[in-house]
Amino acid sequence: MSARIYYIARNTFREAVRDRVLYNLIAFALLLSGAAILVGEISIEIERLVVVDLGLSALTLFGVVIAIFIGIGLVSKEIEKRTLYTVLSRPVRRWEFIVGKFCGLAGTLIVNASCMAIGVFGALLYVGHKFGRPDAWIFVALYFIILEFLIICSLSLFFSSFSSPLLSAVFAFSLFVAGSFSADLRGFASLAHGVTRWFAMGAAYVIPNFSTLNVISNVAHQQPLGMHLVVQNTFYALFYTTAVMSGAVLIFERRNLK
Amino acid sequence: MNRAMPAIEILGLEKIYKVGFWRKRPKRALEPLHLTVEEGEIFGFLGPNGAGKTTTLKLLMGLVFPTAGSARILGHDWTDPEVKAQIGFLPEQPYFYDYLTAGELLDYYGQLSGVSAADRKRRIPEVLARVGLSDIKGVQLRKFSKGMLQRAGIAQAILHNPKLVFFDEPMSGLDPIGRREVRDLMEQLKQEGKTVFFSTHILSDAESLCDRVAIIHRGVLRGVGAVEDLTSTVQGKVEVVWQGTQIPASMKNLSSDCHVTGDCVRAVISESQQDLAIDALRRERLRLIAITPLRTSLETYFMEKLQHAEKPMETAVGTNA
Amino acid sequence: MTSRSVTTVVASACLVVSMTASVLLLHRIDRLHPRATLEDVLYVSSPKIVKRASLGFDGLMACIYWTRTVQYFGSRHMERAASFNELAPLLEITTALDPNLLPAYQFGASFLAPPPPNGAGDPERAVQLMKFGIAHNPDDWHLYYDLGFVYYMELKDYKDAAEAFERGSQLPDAHPFLKILAGRLAEQSGDFTTARMLWTATYESSHETNIRQNAREHLKDLKVDEDVTNLQAAVTRFGQRNGRLPASMEELAAAEHLPGVPVDPDGKPYKLDADGRVLVQNPDSFPFITQGFPPGYKAGPPKFQ
Repeated sequence: MSARIYYIARNTFREAVRDRVLYNLIAFALLLSGAAILVGEISIEIERLVVVDLGLSALTLFGVVIAIFIGIGLVSKEIEKRTLYTVLSRPVRRWEFIVGKFCGLAGTLIVNASCMAIGVFGALLYVGHKFGRPDAWIFVALYFIILEFLIICSLSLFFSSFSSPLLSAVFAFSLFVAGSFSADLRGFASLAHGVTRWFAMGAAYVIPNFSTLNVISNVAHQQPLGMHLVVQNTFYALFYTTAVMSGAVLIFERRNLK
Repeated sequence: MNRAMPAIEILGLEKIYKVGFWRKRPKRALEPLHLTVEEGEIFGFLGPNGAGKTTTLKLLMGLVFPTAGSARILGHDWTDPEVKAQIGFLPEQPYFYDYLTAGELLDYYGQLSGVSAADRKRRIPEVLARVGLSDIKGVQLRKFSKGMLQRAGIAQAILHNPKLVFFDEPMSGLDPIGRREVRDLMEQLKQEGKTVFFSTHILSDAESLCDRVAIIHRGVLRGVGAVEDLTSTVQGKVEVVWQGTQIPASMKNLSSDCHVTGDCVRAVISESQQDLAIDALRRERLRLIAITPLRTSLETYFMEKLQHAEKPMETAVGTNA
Repeated sequence: MTSRSVTTVVASACLVVSMTASVLLLHRIDRLHPRATLEDVLYVSSPKIVKRASLGFDGLMACIYWTRTVQYFGSRHMERAASFNELAPLLEITTALDPNLLPAYQFGASFLAPPPPNGAGDPERAVQLMKFGIAHNPDDWHLYYDLGFVYYMELKDYKDAAEAFERGSQLPDAHPFLKILAGRLAEQSGDFTTARMLWTATYESSHETNIRQNAREHLKDLKVDEDVTNLQAAVTRFGQRNGRLPASMEELAAAEHLPGVPVDPDGKPYKLDADGRVLVQNPDSFPFITQGFPPGYKAGPPKFQ
């Protein structure tokens, strides 16, 4: 069983690579180097700030865009092109297929993010000429970004399992934006009354909470992060991803493929 | 019990789609179907386009869920995932991951079917050679022609040495050479003891290949039987063929149906008058080429069944000739 | 159907359990990390940059920042924080994004100007904020009122306060107090009546819960200050007449022909200590009083909700 999931994941990864997705790394590298050089003109103090902030924010944004644009097609494309028929005529369970696709997509993003992270550290070295101890917190920020990617992947896959690519992209992207402001949504909810309050509260808890996973400015300011935040965020991301994937599996299990 | 279990038992599979904006109007894609396919035979599933052939195949593959009924494949429940290791499926107008080469595709499918690495290494070149795709190493599937894709499709269907193979319109997109090769392949599969279930709307292929056929039209099974029986001799009629273009008066008396085809004449006469016909031809000094018992073609049987279908109360389900 | 139903059951169970767990976790994380967003937000404390970054969705961003401002102040006040450094930038960003968001200016006047722990203690910036508001909303009398309020209460700049009230009073539907205040300030200042008028005007003209409560509290405490001042004057008169300090509040009350021992707005009688000082029983109930607490008294944590 796990072997099949691994094979499907590997095939998904291979598809992404051959689809020349990783070329986005070039755009990223250019962006970062440009910024690093530009910033070299400004005062020493905020150089580092800009590199970390810009680097990690761009990393997040590129990753989310890739996750959505590949993810939305993962299932719907296979159905449309009917490549799924020959796969499901083999001893592959439907849920294995979904999970395998997820792992492949997540793997692609992790590889992508790692390459970009090397770029960020490189740029940091260039402007700062050495690494300080507080720079270690960047790894925590990266780890949280990867948790964000897991959530986005699961959402893209979820929508892809029943919706057209265009709608899936819209939904997934909306949830990303809403999720980034989820702390504010909870703020609105706490100030509202009655039905609006319940509705807003419900929405605030159901949409993915990306604001807690975004520690980019803290890390840019070299502020330390508590260990229990790391633990809780990890569990949150894992539980949320599991919930969404379970939903995707449930939907896909019942789907009549045309 | 020495009777081998049937390869496929379809027990009342039914599929009703709900169409229309509010999903109110039902579309009956497949009426409850009862069908059995024995092991080791080549079974043809015939019908015009839109008859329900592909729907039946998709139901059996678990791609679509039936509204009623069940099926057994190789003795197991058709939803059992493990039984899929022993079946192969070629869908209609297949499309594959176009960024892979044929070798990689087969390797991937082999992995999913549980074929070991060593076996894959051995069988992939074998299978590729068998379907006539030997020298395409490193060519991505996106560059394949339709015929090549069809061959790749057949390759993935037989790679893991399944006992039962399902082909949906296997001849589509192939040139005459390709079709001949596929027919030969299906014969070979039968020799190897495999069961072949294929759907087609080309009757001549079915006639030459199949042991048994079923005819489906508008979701309803119209007829089932051995090809031999369905195209059995038309009672007491023979066809006389002689050289030349002359039709002597004596022959005209014996036969109502004479026509010239090329440089010979064909006439249908009743069996009892066979000897009279031979004498007549000898008298006229015409050269007899052949006398053969007249057989209905599958096409005739097919058209007849379909025409019956136009009459409402006719529900001829599964009669053996 | 069996393997399919197994999958369905397992997946459904996973869904329910994980969703519940993530909601519960989120609740916990909220407690832990409530200020992170605010400080992130204020990494960019320049209103100009925020305005550009909003990509034209200024109104929405203004709403978001306004919500954050209110929450920020409320949560810090609950925690009895000693400083509100982010309040000024938050208000500046909010008003930069939406200069017509009038409640923001009033919030600034009420909570930016006063000293901690009741405010950010930055009256200069509050004045700038009001002036910005006036520049963008010249027909809103309330802004002039707020400006004058800050001048009067925190900066004790009665001349500028009078001028602001005067300008405001000339606008249509201005609160009637503005004209009166302008006049009074021209003549005298620092008295209870003026202060009472100001706070009453604030209370009546605002719809914002925080601000109204604040005004009510001030009015209450104003009464205390007034009472203590009057009682203290009575003690002095008593001393002049009788050559000694009154022995108790009852004696003083009798001498002044009061119906009974005077009580504070909470209903507790005022006390008289051995040195003849008039005291309130419970100074903690009146966060804004300037008189009537014992010597060496340190103001406790703010009671303001």
